[in-house]
Amino acid sequence: MAKGKMKKKSMRVDMTAMCDVSFLLLTFFVLTSTAKMPEPLPVDTPSSTVQTKLPEVNLATVTVGGEEGAEKVFFGVLGKEDRIATLVKMGERYNIEFNDEEKMTFSYLEGVGTPMKDLKSFLNLPPDVRNKVSASQPGIPTAEENNQLKDWVQTARIVAKDMNNKVLEVAIKADATVPYPKVKEVMNIMQEQRLNKFYLVTGLRNEDF
Amino acid sequence: MAELNTGGGDGKGKKVRSKKQNAGVDLTAMVDLAFLLITFFMLTTSMNKPQSMNLAMPDKSDDAEKKEDSKTPVDENRTMTVLLGADNKVKWYMGMPQQPLDGPNDSSYGQNGIRKVILENSKKALAYSQDVEKGLIVIIKASENANYRNLVDILDEMAITGTKTYAIVDISDADLDMLGEKK
Repeated sequence: MAKGKMKKKSMRVDMTAMCDVSFLLLTFFVLTSTAKMPEPLPVDTPSSTVQTKLPEVNLATVTVGGEEGAEKVFFGVLGKEDRIATLVKMGERYNIEFNDEEKMTFSYLEGVGTPMKDLKSFLNLPPDVRNKVSASQPGIPTAEENNQLKDWVQTARIVAKDMNNKVLEVAIKADATVPYPKVKEVMNIMQEQRLNKFYLVTGLRNEDF
Repeated sequence: MAELNTGGGDGKGKKVRSKKQNAGVDLTAMVDLAFLLITFFMLTTSMNKPQSMNLAMPDKSDDAEKKEDSKTPVDENRTMTVLLGADNKVKWYMGMPQQPLDGPNDSSYGQNGIRKVILENSKKALAYSQDVEKGLIVIIKASENANYRNLVDILDEMAITGTKTYAIVDISDADLDMLGEKK
């Protein structure tokens, strides 16, 4: 009887320590993870060996991508408050007033690629529809006579200066297949505002390139 | 699996013993769940932030006083021009486009192509100037048919070879001729 009992007890492994460890890890991952927002315009960035990290605050991202021959430009800034402030200021410029709900919706978006006149209706779409059509937004106009990208960048810079008293950094995230003139056009828009330093978002390349 | 102390013992002695046996709760299911969640969070977390490379462009403002300054005389022996064309084509030459000192030569991206050339020319430029401060100057000219990957690749080469002085410049007609691309 005594022998049998001993054997039965040793069959079970004590899970307490394992449970402790796994929950510790779980807590760590839950706390460190930031929910990854869906990208409005998925792009395949070229890779480089340079490993500068992007700043985590005060960053505006200009995304260039889309189908060949019809490249689109999207724009987004980091930070909820910054996004709302940028939207409000842009609204003032274009005489559009956004209500609180639209501001909230905008603050959740990583970036937008809709001209100002259609932005209100885009923000009022139901979330599932908006996510679906996200990549098929027409892009922000960059043409000379209606250069909204310039206004977006300018506004975001003013907001960053006013709210955080910091200089806004701009990252260009372009698809590897985007023709050079399109990238140059975006760079020129930045340079017209004396914004001469950008980050080019790239992937990681292995050593033996 | 989980053995709960149901009580309802037969005798006094047995009751004490069964209590001792069920002192530990079976944690297997809990550990299973915890690991499942860990796996989920590990896979969904984007641990590494995207990488980037810095790019500083020259100031473009057209102030009158700057125009005079901007005409910095550049030594043709230290100037290498890299032309980026369609279909990942790379050409390079030293000096002026009208009468290049070396080239125009074809090359390719990567360690056996343009990197070797840049390193060689960098050595030559240093030997010529006899001054560590005056190394090779690389001028990057991309044609309309080049794509963004080409630009990043060549900027990456600048970083790898440690070329400090480089500039991205608009392509000229003479350079387009060399690439065999007409406007």
